[in-house]
Amino acid sequence: MAAPLSLDALTTVVVESTDGPVGGVSSFLGLVRGENLGRRVRFLEYEAYDALALKVLARIEQEARAQWPSATVGIHHRTGRVEIGEASIAIVAASAHRADAFAVCRYAIERVKQILPVWKHEHFDDGETWVEGATADPDDEAARQEARRRACA
Amino acid sequence: MRVKVRLFARLREIVGSAEIERDVPPGATLAVVWDQLAADFPALAPYRGSISAAVNADYARLQAPVGDGDEVAFLPPVSGG
Repeated sequence: MAAPLSLDALTTVVVESTDGPVGGVSSFLGLVRGENLGRRVRFLEYEAYDALALKVLARIEQEARAQWPSATVGIHHRTGRVEIGEASIAIVAASAHRADAFAVCRYAIERVKQILPVWKHEHFDDGETWVEGATADPDDEAARQEARRRACA
Repeated sequence: MRVKVRLFARLREIVGSAEIERDVPPGATLAVVWDQLAADFPALAPYRGSISAAVNADYARLQAPVGDGDEVAFLPPVSGG
């Protein structure tokens, strides 16, 4: 989405869409750093394959529900230009107990990094570069297990 | 047959367009579509081992066949978050 992210709004949506009792809410905000690998970053631009990205977000939410049935998660990602200090991603997880809320939040960001079709374009004082992270493969079971391992660490 | 090819990030810059129409032989797979494209835009070639692909906005293997009128997408390694 192009508009600034609101943790409050996302929290309301996630809590209201959780079927069971909610005893814990965990959230994650990813902010744009003004520096990367020693270079000053002026701003970022995010590009997305929107139609696929929406399906992948739904898939990540469904994967989380399969693993942590009492939890609900919501994920919002910015596209377009994002300034230093602004949030590029917001994740909220709600669950009956805190442990699952923390785990789901972490699982969601790890899966975003692995398979969400979004690309980060860094703009420096003296140039720009596309960041290239993971080759996206939603069926890669090893990657999924790694996300689960980090979530439960 | 004809497919629409969508390209993102660095791949889009190399080709100079976010979306192009390509004629491909009947029975072509995503790999065939990519290899034809990389033949026309050699700077794409180094991405052969790291791209993902999609057909009609669903992830697909490079061995998957494409059909006339499909929307094919090639994706460099992702970097969201």
